[in-house]
Amino acid sequence: MDIKAYLALSLTLFTIGIIGVLVRRNAIIVFMCIELMLNSVNLLLVAFSKMHAASTAAKASLTFASDAQIFVFFIMIVAAAEVSVGLAIIVMMYRNTHSIDVNFLNRLKN
Amino acid sequence: MNAIVFSAVWGILMMFSGVFVKSKATPKYLAIAGIILLLVVNGMELYTGQALFNIDTKDMLRVNSFNLTFLEVVFGATALFFMLSGRDVEKVGEHVGEYFALMFFVLCGVALSATYNTLLLLFIGIEIISIPLYILTGSDKRNLKSNEAGLKYFLMGSFSTGILLMGIAFIYGGNSNASFYINNIQLGLGAMPVMISIGLVFLLIALSFKVSAAPFHFWTPDVYDGAPTVFTSFMSTIVKVASFFAFIRLFENAFGQVQPQWQKLIVFITLATLLIGNITAVFQQSVKRMLAYSSIAQAGFMLLALFALNDRAKEGLVLYSAAYSLATIGIFAILIKMNDLTIDGFNGMGKTQPVLAATATVFLLSLTGIPLTAGFQSKFLMLMAAVENGHQFWLVIAAVLFAAISAYYYFRVLQAIWFKEAGETPVIEAGEIRSSFKLLLVITAVLIIVLGIYPELLLGWLYH
Repeated sequence: MDIKAYLALSLTLFTIGIIGVLVRRNAIIVFMCIELMLNSVNLLLVAFSKMHAASTAAKASLTFASDAQIFVFFIMIVAAAEVSVGLAIIVMMYRNTHSIDVNFLNRLKN
Repeated sequence: MNAIVFSAVWGILMMFSGVFVKSKATPKYLAIAGIILLLVVNGMELYTGQALFNIDTKDMLRVNSFNLTFLEVVFGATALFFMLSGRDVEKVGEHVGEYFALMFFVLCGVALSATYNTLLLLFIGIEIISIPLYILTGSDKRNLKSNEAGLKYFLMGSFSTGILLMGIAFIYGGNSNASFYINNIQLGLGAMPVMISIGLVFLLIALSFKVSAAPFHFWTPDVYDGAPTVFTSFMSTIVKVASFFAFIRLFENAFGQVQPQWQKLIVFITLATLLIGNITAVFQQSVKRMLAYSSIAQAGFMLLALFALNDRAKEGLVLYSAAYSLATIGIFAILIKMNDLTIDGFNGMGKTQPVLAATATVFLLSLTGIPLTAGFQSKFLMLMAAVENGHQFWLVIAAVLFAAISAYYYFRVLQAIWFKEAGETPVIEAGEIRSSFKLLLVITAVLIIVLGIYPELLLGWLYH
């Protein structure tokens, strides 16, 4: 497939993620949207990696462009670490307020 | 190199100290020992130019006297922070060892993000800084404000991480070298490739989030206000200057050649940061919140280094990190002990606590940038760097004017300290202040003045 198709798909996912973060009020769903953003980046990195491998295959070995695929693993690990911390914070908030609504978060303003 | 290894190992050690050490006071001494060890091993690497471990990082980390000096400044500030506020960390909650462990992990991230040479390690360094901070921000578990700050910081932080990663992906896609090394990006001859410029803007936005530059600053006051005050002190100094260092390292090494193409964006961000930080700080009643806004305002000044991007700017950045961290850690150490966090809480401090009042005066004068203090020298270097850059001279004038505005809200605190009568409740409980605490505050104040008179004591190391 053409790289443009991957680019379009992952940018669509990324935009859905951003809109979700800005619009949704449920902390868990906001969090899911952030994960969606990270995963769209994963998709894009893998697609770019294949694209580079195809264009540089003539002059260098295929392993040349595999950096991005390793990068994807790092993103997955970091996302997992973020999930563990983030869910703990959300649970902590739920215990104190019995709500996971982000709108609740406006007490500090005054 | 040394710093990365030792901070990670010491962090793990601190975690186990939470299990094996029953006394609540011990972790603090362990942490002070650890930070002194870090200072020594990093100083050794700076002095001899040789790391203790010979690890082949495939050039993914680059160590030179510039970033080692910066790390030495950061570790020095952390050491002072541990000694001044270590006892207040014990008051936050049960798990003292873990709090210190998390702070050591943050220091590991700081060391990574000061020495990285690939976008991968930039990302990992920034994440190692951020994730422990989410926990520290929300560590006061019963307090709703702390919960709120933790959740807000977490959501905003991971949102900006998503943007950062998108930027990295675009840079990688547009880079015909197909590599993540920041000094190996094909920027094109005339105009930048579209994907690189999109990536650059994404990276700029994400890193502005991390250093809380306007218009991406809106999370800062809430998070700094809600977090336990000890950790606000840590976040607003050490972490902030480290993120700045990563920011400038990226834009200098990766995009330095095409600076004219993105300089206008920096001008806009700098101006907006100075404007919003200074103007909003004027209206704050709580000193803690005022310091949060003033940290945005100071970030505006540090952005001048990104605008100028020359040798003078590097000197300025290191000195600014030292001056800003020392003064803010000092003022926060006093603030933590106080009963009332509003400006009125400082009323009559000059009569009841003369030593604290005098040192607070030095800290606030340094933050304003009055001559003879390190704050003046660092602001001066930043402005000089911006003038030497030769473009947009009016930005320098604007920065000076905003520095004048900042005098208003710092001096309001000074006025409360010296010229107002004390209220009914004492400013600080008498039993809170030990003579060792006073001594450390005086040492910090003296350091600020010494750096203000002889900045070359620190800056000489940049060219070691």
